[in-house]
Amino acid sequence: MDDAQLRLDGNAVAGKLREVFVDDMTSARCACGSCGAVAEIGSQHVYMYPLSPGAVLRCNTCQQVLMVLVHGGGRHRLSLQGLTWLEIPESVGA
Amino acid sequence: MGRVTRRVTETPRVLTLVLAVPDWPGHRAGQHVDVRLTADDGYQAQRSYSIASAPEDSPRVALTIERIDDGEVSPYLVDVLAEGDQLELRGPIGGYFVWDVDASGPLLLVAGGSGICPLMAMIRHRAARQSRVPTRLLYSSHSLEDVIYKHELDRLAGRGDGLEVIHTLTRSRPQGWSGYSRRIDREMLAEVGFAPEQRPLCMVCGPTPLVEAVANALVESGHPADRVKTERFGPTGG
Amino acid sequence: MSFVSRAFRGRPRERAPADRLPPGQYVVGDFPVLSAGPTPRTPLTAWTFSITGEVDEPRRWTWDEFRKLPSETITRDIHCVTKWSKLDSVWEGVSVDTLLEGIETSAEYVMAFSDGGYTTNLPLADVTGGKAWVAFAFGGAPLEPEHGGPARLLVPHLYFWKSAKWVRGLRLMSEDEPGFWETYGYHMYGDPWQEQRYSCD
Repeated sequence: MDDAQLRLDGNAVAGKLREVFVDDMTSARCACGSCGAVAEIGSQHVYMYPLSPGAVLRCNTCQQVLMVLVHGGGRHRLSLQGLTWLEIPESVGA
Repeated sequence: MGRVTRRVTETPRVLTLVLAVPDWPGHRAGQHVDVRLTADDGYQAQRSYSIASAPEDSPRVALTIERIDDGEVSPYLVDVLAEGDQLELRGPIGGYFVWDVDASGPLLLVAGGSGICPLMAMIRHRAARQSRVPTRLLYSSHSLEDVIYKHELDRLAGRGDGLEVIHTLTRSRPQGWSGYSRRIDREMLAEVGFAPEQRPLCMVCGPTPLVEAVANALVESGHPADRVKTERFGPTGG
Repeated sequence: MSFVSRAFRGRPRERAPADRLPPGQYVVGDFPVLSAGPTPRTPLTAWTFSITGEVDEPRRWTWDEFRKLPSETITRDIHCVTKWSKLDSVWEGVSVDTLLEGIETSAEYVMAFSDGGYTTNLPLADVTGGKAWVAFAFGGAPLEPEHGGPARLLVPHLYFWKSAKWVRGLRLMSEDEPGFWETYGYHMYGDPWQEQRYSCD
């Protein structure tokens, strides 16, 4: 199996992120701290459970790590270190 | 929690589960659910499945499952789960890979294998709302027997309301087949798809290698990256 | 969480005698592939393994030099933090003791570093004394890229995220620092027998 098959879209981590944030996060945009590219979370690359010990969101342009989410031990730990900013649209329901 | 009300065999390896989900809040075409199974020793497995039914069908929710031979979850869902059984699910989830009839522009849908599932929700939603948005589905399957929803797609395409369905069969073809018989490539997309000037929204779903090849080809042909949305299924399939 | 899916069994998994299997683990027969990113593809002509950090004389081997070092075949159980364990897995590699032989250092920790940016931290005592290898073969065949080839760190007595895939060296350090998964929520040490999975365990 090569990494092309392990790679999913950010949409695959939507359920997990909803455990952390109240609303769907896949339409939120983020700026990569490494290359500056801006894109929706849903379009970034994700390496996910069960094929990874945590959800790793990588920039779809430069592959650097944007966000890591580890769920276990009774809590979620979310790192946003790889982002310069995260922009969440106001909730319109659904 | 959903309850299985019906099982529909789509192809030899693909089954649709129709679930009744009380308190279902409604969904948008393209969204998915996370299904969780628990064994009696507490072991759990979880997978995501696209909702194949139109939002207009709520609170009925249909999931179409491809049976992966050495899979952990799909053989249970296809072989064991029976009418009346309950299924733990979370959703609807996802706001990125969705389409509503209010969205602008023609719609290009590209599916590989079970990648048709979320796109079928979009097609069914379009039909339920009697939309005439120009829509083209390019659908890659191994053989005609593997085409999921074949009869329904033929019927909807026959309405003449602006939906066209184009198949490509990559491994075997019936006698007399005059359609495409190769993997989707840039040439095929140019022949089938809408020109970039028409600013279509392109939704691509299926195994990761197909999705990446198609998305790259569309962007290289001039479609803006933010008009090409992808849903990779990864190695475990839909 | 009292709901049970009728007749669901899950992936073939066995229970093994308690002295073989750490708490919370299941035995599997295959070798699952996990990854946090794209598979690196360093050509062997460019591959090196280095000992760096708090040493008087850093060391480096090319692939050819590395393969000329004495190696051994070992059979060990491995335990992944995602709960699967693989018993009696067969590896071939160079002992870390061989790589560190004669090194003068006051360091007590190492950071293993890999192609693609992955890192993981370990006490020096846990990679010496016959407990760790740089492995280049699994099951009698060269290690495949998806499993960490051409070479990965192998530290079977700790959770398998410590056995860094695509390893390129060890940096000796006097203070412990968290590597990739340790930063993001996993345990600094990772003893499967004490179920040290997460940093709050």
